[in-house]
Amino acid sequence: MSEELFVTARDNALIDPSLHIWTWEVAMYLFLGGLTAGVMFFAAVMTVRNKDQVAPFAATRLALLAPIVLSLGMTSLFLDLEHKLYVYRFYTSFQITSPMSWGAWILVVVYPISVLQILSTIRSGYSFLGSLIDRLAIGKLVVDWCERYRTEIAFAVIPFAVALGIYTGILLSAFGARPFWNNGVLGLLFLVSGLSTAAALVVLIARQKSEKELFTRLDLVLIFAEIALVTLVLISLASGSGQHIEALQSIMGGSYTFSFWVLFVTIGLLIPLLLEVLEISGISKSLAMLAPVLVLFGGYALRQVVLDAGQESTWTHYETQYDAELLQRLHSHD
Amino acid sequence: MTHFVMVIDTRTCIGCGDCVVACKTENNVPDGLNRDWVVEATSGTYPDLKTEFRSERCNHCSNATCVTMCPTGASHHWNDTNIVLVDADKCTGCKACIAACPYDARLVMHPDGYIDKCTFCHHRVEKGLDPACVSTCPTGCMHFGSLDDPHSEVSQLLKTRDHKALKPETGNYPNVYYLI
Repeated sequence: MSEELFVTARDNALIDPSLHIWTWEVAMYLFLGGLTAGVMFFAAVMTVRNKDQVAPFAATRLALLAPIVLSLGMTSLFLDLEHKLYVYRFYTSFQITSPMSWGAWILVVVYPISVLQILSTIRSGYSFLGSLIDRLAIGKLVVDWCERYRTEIAFAVIPFAVALGIYTGILLSAFGARPFWNNGVLGLLFLVSGLSTAAALVVLIARQKSEKELFTRLDLVLIFAEIALVTLVLISLASGSGQHIEALQSIMGGSYTFSFWVLFVTIGLLIPLLLEVLEISGISKSLAMLAPVLVLFGGYALRQVVLDAGQESTWTHYETQYDAELLQRLHSHD
Repeated sequence: MTHFVMVIDTRTCIGCGDCVVACKTENNVPDGLNRDWVVEATSGTYPDLKTEFRSERCNHCSNATCVTMCPTGASHHWNDTNIVLVDADKCTGCKACIAACPYDARLVMHPDGYIDKCTFCHHRVEKGLDPACVSTCPTGCMHFGSLDDPHSEVSQLLKTRDHKALKPETGNYPNVYYLI
């Protein structure tokens, strides 16, 4: 036998008995951040490819969602901070080795570039908002400028959208202390998942048939890519060191097996894949709206299960016999 | 950079927990939180069992992943030494450093919310004193000093005794050593 036991109390909140520092707030941010990246990416690509006729929603209206979704995500992230008043400290330094610092600064660039992207299509996408802005002389000038450089702005959006989508995965993968996260494919997986959820959102909201079809096809390709990347993550864990193999157990019979295989893989990937194939091949369109809903659900499930399983994976294995309730009882006699 | 290490003799340690009490007293660590702890590790098959006691804390790693992952520079190496501290005024409580520590040696300060940890009692070290846990240890099994001086007690102990550090395979270069 080999047993390591605490003989003095250790019950540090959020850390013992196993790490649970990040909960739904962070998972929600990772999901909404990825969705924002996808929203900006597709709005830009539809502009670059001149798809105003085929995909009018994505080309002219989708971009407006980006800062809204991102702000919801950042609010969620803010809720997670333990020392909230010091949130400004993200912006008093840049730490080159910290993906979180990169992320904080990427967000600063993403907001203004997203506003330019919105303004470049606001007259055609939202004529009411466009005419409101045009009432101000300066507003009219700015929108004129954005429209003139619409394609250039779209090209500029793409690398920042990709950076936003990929950094959340790199952030987790850079934690050597958490073997479940510690593989290089995670960044790409999160990026592709973010693109897939954004494609699903377009299918859900767009009205034009050609646009729904285009984005259903795009989403199908993305789901295939996501399945390939998930497989790579599993291979890299299964063929890793002892810590990685042990980390993999959490989804191979351990506490997150159901969340991973049923909620994420089956409901979030395989069922929407099947529905989209049926729809594209023209066999069944009756469940057409279910597929994008499941893709969005799967996108969140992926973030939550990866976040949870990663925190459970560890280098240390202590047993504790310390019962926090004993301390409470001591206090009740004060 | 001054290379501070702690050397703890598992053959002399009796697991009394005085180091833990000394730390809580010296650093006013709130109820329910601990910067150090004692582990009893038992291995073997009955009746051939072997037990060692280890007083554990932050390893003040030379390659501290908590420092590299901190987005604000709050986690830092103090005064060009390997002592890892958190500047509460720069800490957002994002908890990246907690996720980055393979030894789970950090904690969230209650009720303030900044991240806290063992400081190797740097406020004592800068006066030439040992950390509180080391000075309090009733069996004298804990030693503290600099590895830069080849004649220091800690250098001599590591030269003459078998020793180990915890999970050096993390690549963090931990600086708390256990004599075995």
